[in-house]
Amino acid sequence: MSTSSPNNNGRHEPNLQCEESAGLDRATLNYIERAAATGLYEIRGLGSKRRLPHFDDLLFLGASLSRYPLEGYREKCITKTVLGSRFASKPIELEIPITIAGMSFGSLSANVKEALGLAATSMGTSTTTGDGGMTQEERRSSKTLIYQCLPSRYGFNPDDLRRADAIEVVIGQGAKPGGGGMLLGQKVSPRVAKMRTLPEGIDQRSACRHPDWTGPDDLAIKIKELRELTDWEKPIYVKIGATRAFHDVKLAVHAGADVIVVDGMQGGTAATQLAFIEHVGIPTLAALRQAVDALEDMNKKDEVQLIVSGGIRTGADVAKALAMGADAVAIGQGILVALGCNAATYVRDGKHFSAVDDYTALRTAPGFCHHCHTGRCPTGVTTQDPELEQRLEPQVGANRVRNYLKTLNMELTMMARACGKQNVHHLEREDLVALTVEAAAMAKIPLAGTSWIPGEPGRM
Amino acid sequence: MGGLTTPVLFDLSKQTLRELNKALHGPLVPGTVYRVENPDGAHSIAVGINAPVEVHIEGHAGYYAAGMNMLATVVIYGNAGPGVAENMMSGRVDVTGFASGGAGASAHGGLLVIGGDAGLRCGISLKGGDIVVGGSVGSFSAFMAQAGNLVVCGDAGEGLGDSLYEAVVYVRGTIQSLGADAQVEPMAESDLATVSSLLGAAGISHPASDFKRVASARNLYHWNADANQEY
Ligand code: SF4
Repeated sequence: MSTSSPNNNGRHEPNLQCEESAGLDRATLNYIERAAATGLYEIRGLGSKRRLPHFDDLLFLGASLSRYPLEGYREKCITKTVLGSRFASKPIELEIPITIAGMSFGSLSANVKEALGLAATSMGTSTTTGDGGMTQEERRSSKTLIYQCLPSRYGFNPDDLRRADAIEVVIGQGAKPGGGGMLLGQKVSPRVAKMRTLPEGIDQRSACRHPDWTGPDDLAIKIKELRELTDWEKPIYVKIGATRAFHDVKLAVHAGADVIVVDGMQGGTAATQLAFIEHVGIPTLAALRQAVDALEDMNKKDEVQLIVSGGIRTGADVAKALAMGADAVAIGQGILVALGCNAATYVRDGKHFSAVDDYTALRTAPGFCHHCHTGRCPTGVTTQDPELEQRLEPQVGANRVRNYLKTLNMELTMMARACGKQNVHHLEREDLVALTVEAAAMAKIPLAGTSWIPGEPGRM
Repeated sequence: MGGLTTPVLFDLSKQTLRELNKALHGPLVPGTVYRVENPDGAHSIAVGINAPVEVHIEGHAGYYAAGMNMLATVVIYGNAGPGVAENMMSGRVDVTGFASGGAGASAHGGLLVIGGDAGLRCGISLKGGDIVVGGSVGSFSAFMAQAGNLVVCGDAGEGLGDSLYEAVVYVRGTIQSLGADAQVEPMAESDLATVSSLLGAAGISHPASDFKRVASARNLYHWNADANQEY
């Protein structure tokens, strides 16, 4: 397509008069035209869309003669996952190592928050609040709810802190390490505004640093305060947007975290500047490896648990993350898609209705949408609009998310059994090989068919 | 108080902070007075109280004294470290001396009174609480403050009220500089009443008419006025 134009027969033939530039390709031309027309950077939802080294670039070495597999349907494979056993007297115990990532009420509707709670509870896993506080709906529906402490502190209060099962201090998120939260006016509904103590309808841009501490030494004191506030019962997670993951993880462990959450650059967002999404941070694969290196370097791998997020979509992704050293994963965008994000239809009273016109109104189409920031979600997932919100019935959403989590968990245990593991946490790096040199270098996993890890001396 | 004449004593040179906070989180008899001796700059003293009791801290406190307070009255006879009364919901916190950075950060309610000066970012991210500072406040105070009042009897440092929302700052002395989107506005009757009542509650006497009102120009509420226009 790069040097083609339709000829008389309508066929695309190479044509040097219509050569597309690699540097100034159509997307870039459109970007410059848009910038020139509006004088404002592009803001959008979801995560990075560019091709990045990812879990797809790793493969499992199933067992054969040198190791033997477990029977897929008969032999037990444990998925139980304990998080936060380092200092907290009440660690989080989950049935599966797949959790639901922090997404705010505000970016999501109250219906969606309720659906996530119902699904997570039925699967024995946790869900997480977001930038905007805890809703009654999600607390009621979630057996295990992680309460985020964010720079904005919107809706942050001691009652909800005491009601939470764990606390997640958010330093950054993968979609925008170094940037603060954002919620455009269309989504700052009366209820959202009230919870956040903001005027209705304003374009909310939150702080990127916490108001009452700066730096790792302060963080250690802040974590102690949170422990005192909650009588040392609740696990404290620290969430990092992946950049200098090796050093940041070490500092977070040093500051006293029970659990580290590392969010790679594929991590989603409800609204962030495009330049941030695509140009800041490192891929999840690289971040996970650095985080595991940091924990091993400190000899804390068994003491501090690691959750990885940012572009986890499939059971294979989960299995690979665990094999690389994560204790659990957190999923955001995959959950949204399970709920109906980018689907052509929505379900109401058991019937499917087309949402295509609503995608068209956003100048997009099912499969290509990233318009969460507008609040006009065609399938009712990321909206505060009372009409659109009705397009996602909590029970329908809950069933879909439960099915999705169930599928991932089945795939995860299938992979683990194929590698001869009775416990998914026994998956190990030795079970993996890399398909590309980039992935081999970032994940420090040998290139398939070789023992070569780029950059490792003596391993040619 | 409340008929209880003898305060409950906690000596932090002999007892642990954990014992103190645990006791303060237990079922409490309203009106009970706790006296904390030898605080010696410990962090997180009397955090997370949720009852109408009184805590007297006899000396300097470290970070986050009276953090997330609800209902209680906490008095620090000395100086307070960063984040005193951070995220307070209700009740009252008094610091007789100076307070460090982030005093009253993100407080949703209650009253924080600082007798001396407060450091950087006093009242940052304020969400409905009231703060009265007898002395001056450091730079970037009331940064992104959303609701509530900050009354400064002395001077204010640089960048006062940067990116303010609906919170209002009152300053008696000089303002080194205003932050983005903050502006000095005339004092209305309601401002005079607010300042008088907060000063009265704090036990500080200055005429309310000495104060200037600083509030948001609201130019940052929407992203970019030009954003919807095509040139
Ligand atoms: S379909 Fe909804 S949730 Fe998905 S990208 Fe579009 S607006 Fe966002």
